[in-house]
Amino acid sequence: MTAVLYDVPGPRARRRTLIGTVVGTAIVLAGLAVVLWQFERTGQFAADQWDPFTDPGIQRLLLRAILSTVAAAGTAILLSLILGVVLAAGRLSDHAALRIPSTLFVEFFRAIPLLLLILFLFLGFGDILGAFGALVLALTLYNGSVLSEIFRAGIAAVPRGQSEAAYALGLRKNKVMLIILVPQAVRIMLPAIVSQCVVALKDTALGFVIAYEELLRQGQLIYNNFFNVVPTIIVVAAIYITMNSALSALASYLQRRTSRTAKTSAADLTKVVASANRDLV
Amino acid sequence: MGALFDNLPKLLEGFLRTLELTALSALGALVLGTMLAAMRVSPVPSLRLAGAAYVNTVRNTPLVLVFAFVFFALPRLEIRFSFFQFAVLALSVYTAAFVCEAVRSGVNAIPTGQAEAARAVGMTFGQTLTTVVLPQAFRTVVPPLGNILIALTKNTSIAAAFANAEATDVFDGLVRDNPDAIYALFFGVALGYVLIVLAISGVFRIIESRVVVLR
Repeated sequence: MTAVLYDVPGPRARRRTLIGTVVGTAIVLAGLAVVLWQFERTGQFAADQWDPFTDPGIQRLLLRAILSTVAAAGTAILLSLILGVVLAAGRLSDHAALRIPSTLFVEFFRAIPLLLLILFLFLGFGDILGAFGALVLALTLYNGSVLSEIFRAGIAAVPRGQSEAAYALGLRKNKVMLIILVPQAVRIMLPAIVSQCVVALKDTALGFVIAYEELLRQGQLIYNNFFNVVPTIIVVAAIYITMNSALSALASYLQRRTSRTAKTSAADLTKVVASANRDLV
Repeated sequence: MGALFDNLPKLLEGFLRTLELTALSALGALVLGTMLAAMRVSPVPSLRLAGAAYVNTVRNTPLVLVFAFVFFALPRLEIRFSFFQFAVLALSVYTAAFVCEAVRSGVNAIPTGQAEAARAVGMTFGQTLTTVVLPQAFRTVVPPLGNILIALTKNTSIAAAFANAEATDVFDGLVRDNPDAIYALFFGVALGYVLIVLAISGVFRIIESRVVVLR
């Protein structure tokens, strides 16, 4: 409920809302009906269109596709967490010789399309890397760069007094970072990290373009065989949406938990860090 | 290097197509996204539900899959357009979900007191919306919209895999013809994208500095 736009409704407003509800519901249902009718008219609900998915062989094919999607995404996420830490350390360094190259690296890989990078790696080094390697490496370079920005924003979001107090106690920069800033920052940026994992999992579908056997590519095998394009894409989409929704739900759970347990305004900081990530689209 | 400069006209044509895709999809996403945001902040539960369902579905779907649905499934449903129109459709439908969330959080970021004060001085719902809430929401929405536009520019590259001769597709074709020039071609095309991204973020920084109000 948005409290910004309207007060608690009185009798007249309630009547207006009721009329709006009836009209709105009618429009939404009419839209759905048109879609379903179009599906029915072109024979998408015919049993033979959906029959292949009851076949254990097809189910195993889809299961293997899920596994290879998760394998590519999981490997890429692990590697990009490592790369992200290295790049963030570089960008937060006091030495320009580390800071400037890390900054250029991050800005470059955030600015170019992921697909361009995937194609470059696949066409240039495909015989060494294979489709899996090219996909994972491209995902790692891109997501590592984005994660380093999240890490940087997370460290920067820890209140200044924390590091000032630590320096005042005589700790060195390494210690301040490791025992004061990072433990607090991790909690702040955890939701943003999980959200970025959703992006990485979604982007794994780009492996389709270089014929990596992720879900969509395997789906293509199915519909080339059974001529059931629409049902196959719906099934593949449902699998992707389920996996991503689960991760998204984890991200918002973490966000809620931070805002419930935190004494300070950690919830606001979480939002600040989340909004620092421009690459969620 | 030779292959890069010899094919400069081809590459520029590709980037022109990239910009066309970006501009038209941005327009489509802005219109659809604003409509969805209006649904999500409306007092009508069924519209709110439909808006939320759209956003949650699309946000969790990979863009390639949206493209696949538009290019492979829509023709089966007897809906046919040109490949370019299909690409604009896929990009608009996908980006609209993110525009919706940006606009919605912009409206929700307005302190409740603003609209309450407007109602207290007797403004109607329309007046409250157009003179008090939306002008302020617009300012909060500018930075995320800039980010969405940048992401959209990069996302247009996926149209390359679906028969659209934009910059990434031109890169793909040229590399297959001149495998030795892959580095020059990659950095040339990458530079093109970097310049577009820098231009967009520059323009949005100017807009931001004009409209931003400290709260």
